[in-house]
Amino acid sequence: MESTSLIERILRGIAITVVILFFMFPIFWIFLMSLQTNETILRVPPSMVFEPSLQNYRALITGQLETQTGTLEIRFMGNLFNSFFLSTTSVAIGLLLGVPAAYAFARLKFRGSEDIAFTLLSFRFAPPLLVLLPLTIYFQQIGLANTYGGLIWVYQLIVLPLILWIVRGYFEDIPADVEYAYRIAGHDFWATFRKIALPLAGPGIAAAGLLAFIFAWNNFIFALVLASADKQPVTVGALAFITASGIQYGQIAAGIILSIAPTFALALYAQRYLVEGLSLGAVKG
Amino acid sequence: MTAQLTLQGVDKFYGPIGKGVHAVRDINMDIEKGEIIALLGSSGCGKTSTLRMVAGFEETSRGKILIAGREVQNLPPVRRNVAMAFEGYSLYPTVTVRENIAFALKAQRESDAQVDAKVNEVAEMLEITAILDKFPASISGGQQQRASLARALVRDADLYLLDEPMGQLEPQLRTLLRGRIKYYIKERGLTAILVTHDQTEANAMADRIAVMEGGVLQQFASPDEIKLAPANLFTGTFVGEPPMNVFSARAAEVSGDIQFRLDAGVELTYSADQFAPDLRAALLSRGEVVMGVRPYAVRRAKDKGGAAAQVVANQWLGDQTHIAAAFAGSTVVLVEHDRADIAMGDTISVELKPEDLHFFDPASGAAISHGTQMA
Repeated sequence: MESTSLIERILRGIAITVVILFFMFPIFWIFLMSLQTNETILRVPPSMVFEPSLQNYRALITGQLETQTGTLEIRFMGNLFNSFFLSTTSVAIGLLLGVPAAYAFARLKFRGSEDIAFTLLSFRFAPPLLVLLPLTIYFQQIGLANTYGGLIWVYQLIVLPLILWIVRGYFEDIPADVEYAYRIAGHDFWATFRKIALPLAGPGIAAAGLLAFIFAWNNFIFALVLASADKQPVTVGALAFITASGIQYGQIAAGIILSIAPTFALALYAQRYLVEGLSLGAVKG
Repeated sequence: MTAQLTLQGVDKFYGPIGKGVHAVRDINMDIEKGEIIALLGSSGCGKTSTLRMVAGFEETSRGKILIAGREVQNLPPVRRNVAMAFEGYSLYPTVTVRENIAFALKAQRESDAQVDAKVNEVAEMLEITAILDKFPASISGGQQQRASLARALVRDADLYLLDEPMGQLEPQLRTLLRGRIKYYIKERGLTAILVTHDQTEANAMADRIAVMEGGVLQQFASPDEIKLAPANLFTGTFVGEPPMNVFSARAAEVSGDIQFRLDAGVELTYSADQFAPDLRAALLSRGEVVMGVRPYAVRRAKDKGGAAAQVVANQWLGDQTHIAAAFAGSTVVLVEHDRADIAMGDTISVELKPEDLHFFDPASGAAISHGTQMA
């Protein structure tokens, strides 16, 4: 790195700035929108000069949406809680099921293991809409429609294959002999899994969990069809801002800011795990 | 007395039994307590598979494995009470070298002082005292290998399995440690199996060498016996450096003498009484045989009594000379202890003494004779 010339560093700086502007500008603009009223948002030409107000956030947090035609009840905070609850629980269950499964797929070559792993991956190929209709009917019959349990179950379609395939790769990168060495030193299979395999694959598991959380958080279609108002996450709840008296751009923007905040914060916090995890090589060399 | 390790008809298939890759074929061996055994063979000969079956990392497809009289082939590694040093070191990356070595001892609930004393002793023996508090990632390959070796040797096990334990060490250190490790094992009366493809290491450390090829145990005998009486053509040519010279020959009786006709018109004649009568009969009745002679046993004839060979290479290695000469349609290699004043293209006369000849069956490769006696 020290050998890079000044020009190269300047060019690199410019390139990074352009990329950041390109990707971050929409979010920045949404942030500005969230502090304005519909009138200032919709003025032509748009301007960055306005009087900031927190009224959009206030409306979201109190659940009272003021429109020209009157006050509307919204459940944004409930949606936010639902998103949080559904994603966290789904990822927790996904990790609980997926990590041991990934270990089995990585270490034990049993009959049909590749086929089963591939089948799990293939859940990600099918368009969600394809499975939704039969799923809705089943869920209504067995009483899982519009329950947290049912949603979390369906969320495993998103979360489980992701965790399984990412974590499996990490387990496969641990030399089997490290585990053998531990086992021959007087430890059983489970102790080896807990004391050697899990810590060594830790960064990978963290990365997989984080990605799965983001995927679950961003899910829209499953929750749209399978959950009614009180179980809906923010992605679906945001539809409530398209009201009879117009689209509430300000509140939508504030809603977006509030709903990306957790994943954003999580990504920032776990960035170190992500980088460490995705760069692998913890035990190589 | 029961053997410390017994393998009975051990087979290893990768894939379905009878159909998959047959990596180890019907191995039978007994290893006594206190012995050091070397499994010697080229890559893919089945030596590591055998070792891993003993350790319990590979399923034993067929046959029995007994450690100290206990049948273990169906037990998990943890219940076999064996220690192993891995070819790939396989240190736990999250703890220091000291903790790596002490891991198994702590699992056995030995006292801290006891563990410390043992770790320090083995570390001193392997010259890794200075790196005990470092992490595996920050030490060299050779140091990792010694740490891995220490982790195995420090334990109190029925059997010590060492998979290529010194492959990464510098030659000088390797020579030094060979002696120390052997002494350490012998002093404590431990039983060890060493997997190696380095025959010098096998010769230096092992009481007996098991030569493997193609999943088959070719010969299981002392280093001397393998040198003097190789059981078959493979062992004969595999063990020994430089390798044994091999020629196809046709034995015939010519006016009371035995004559061997080699390729390219070379004829070697020995008086009949130089071979035992039964050997003479065996050679003559077979006709076609394979003749082997170690490079150390080939001599340049002082007079013109030998067979002519044309020198193609003359290498002085610093302590010995290797001379290669075109002979009998192929090449004969001979070793001399001093510099030889001969140039490429010179004709030399080589002498093969009957007591240095090994004869093998050309079809099966099995040894017919070593020297003047039947095998």
